[in-house]
Amino acid sequence: MTTFAPGTFKPAPGRGSLPRMLFVHARTEAMLTLRNGEQILLTVIIPLALLIALSLMSVIPMPEPRVGSATARIFALAIISSAFTGQAIALGFDRRYGVLKRLAASALPRWLLVAGRVCGALVVVALQIVLLAVTALLLGWRFPLAGLPWVVLLIVLGTLTFGALGVLLGGALRAEIVLALANIIWFVLLMVGGVALSVPVSFVHLLPSAALAQALETSVVHGTAPGVGPVAVLVAWGVVAGALATRTTKLT
Amino acid sequence: MTQLRADRPDRLGCVPVSPNPQPAVEVSGLVKRYGSKTAVDGLDLVQQPGTVLALLGPNGAGKTTTVEICEGFRTADDGSVRVLGLPAGSEALRPRIGVMPQGGGGYPGIRAEEMLNLVATCAKNPLDPKWLIEVLGLGGAVRTPYKRLSGGQQQRLSLACALIGRPELVFLDEPTAGMDPQARRLVWDLVAALKDDGVAVLLTTHLMDEAEALADDVVIIDEGRVVAQGSPAELTANRPDDQQLRFRARPGLDLTLLSAALPEGLKVREVTRGAYVVEGLIDPQVVSTVTSWCAQQGVLAEELTVAKRSLEDVFLELTGRELRS
Repeated sequence: MTTFAPGTFKPAPGRGSLPRMLFVHARTEAMLTLRNGEQILLTVIIPLALLIALSLMSVIPMPEPRVGSATARIFALAIISSAFTGQAIALGFDRRYGVLKRLAASALPRWLLVAGRVCGALVVVALQIVLLAVTALLLGWRFPLAGLPWVVLLIVLGTLTFGALGVLLGGALRAEIVLALANIIWFVLLMVGGVALSVPVSFVHLLPSAALAQALETSVVHGTAPGVGPVAVLVAWGVVAGALATRTTKLT
Repeated sequence: MTQLRADRPDRLGCVPVSPNPQPAVEVSGLVKRYGSKTAVDGLDLVQQPGTVLALLGPNGAGKTTTVEICEGFRTADDGSVRVLGLPAGSEALRPRIGVMPQGGGGYPGIRAEEMLNLVATCAKNPLDPKWLIEVLGLGGAVRTPYKRLSGGQQQRLSLACALIGRPELVFLDEPTAGMDPQARRLVWDLVAALKDDGVAVLLTTHLMDEAEALADDVVIIDEGRVVAQGSPAELTANRPDDQQLRFRARPGLDLTLLSAALPEGLKVREVTRGAYVVEGLIDPQVVSTVTSWCAQQGVLAEELTVAKRSLEDVFLELTGRELRS
């Protein structure tokens, strides 16, 4: 028989500090992503390999300066990989393993459950972008510094929009189906969604992938503000996906 | 009823005296439907502060639905549910309650100690996570990812998450499911310690011995309705004449003569092949009647016992013997 000193479990309830909860939750999310080998392959290795390939090999036609265009497109791909595909798969399996219910049963407010995931995703995206940017600079990319604020804004907007789409997919379906769909959609967007290749089909520019790649190309290559069109497309997808996700996301 | 409560003085002793004693949980007229199926059908229950209440029932009786409504995970279709004086689901309630959902919960890749630390961050005065990990026997698995913990280890981690915030009220949904006997004992000891420290515990189980060992009050539910409630003692011996004499003998004995010889009010039947039971007020004279009848029949009564009903008898009597899907 195990005995406990009297008073060991004497009630002393209360909610922890909100900033600390947010910090620990975001850190946990980021750490789990970085610890996951498949996620690293998807979010770091593949974009890095494609960046090098697109910059050095002229098989795929790309506007000059070649390294700059490739960098912009691979930034977009990295955001889609981590905020959409990675987030959807992680959420699908987190639901399977009951962690959302577990956390929802703690004193963690619901808004913080979302905020923690968003901050965790932004940390991972920031690390990806730094790694890709350093590689691009080594490959000869000349970044017009005037574009920096726009690039940062677009990265945050892209992460939020694709994050909302990822939650919409990962929050509603079974984990295995999420896994399959998230990877297929990633591949389709990469090939014909206006990311790696310019697709001469009229409606492609209405896809969030093409909008993000195009907006980033303007700011990364020319250092100027992105066009209103691509930004509006991104915002619209983000708002619609977010609104739908709040209705369809299930805890388990 | 008063008499039975008197022989359990701890029930009165441990309830904190307060000018306005508020029930820990108060459910009245609770109804929950899933499509055309009514999972909970007008359920009432009251749990006093600092007590242990066991919701006992077969699979599909509505135990988890009831608990999840109290926890705020589901909403009631009808009726009222108040927890610690607040409507169930209130944001203000969550720091005050500890929840162990059925089947646990954790990030698939997270380590036990990281998960517990994360939940501890949500609390103002958490217990020491390292200590709790050791108490629950997870010290050897602190670096194991959640998805590779055994079912019993996941359950223990989930229990740790429920307790870490020093709650006033703890909901444990089938806390010992998937646990080995040692871990079950540990959970029982923990529940006893929680109660001694004034924490109210509402647990669900379909294990009779668990309910009998832990609970101050047992609420037996079936098909979404309360079919009996009271302390284990009240449920098993609510009538002085509710006793049984059991014995085994050759199957298929003609019981007519025995029935006639027994005092009025006693019933004898063959429950299963070769297992006989006499129910009613069993006194020495009844035992003598039974044994002499056996002698006349030329049979030896084996395993002859006199006992009050067990909680299992009560449970099977109330909920039937057929298997539930």
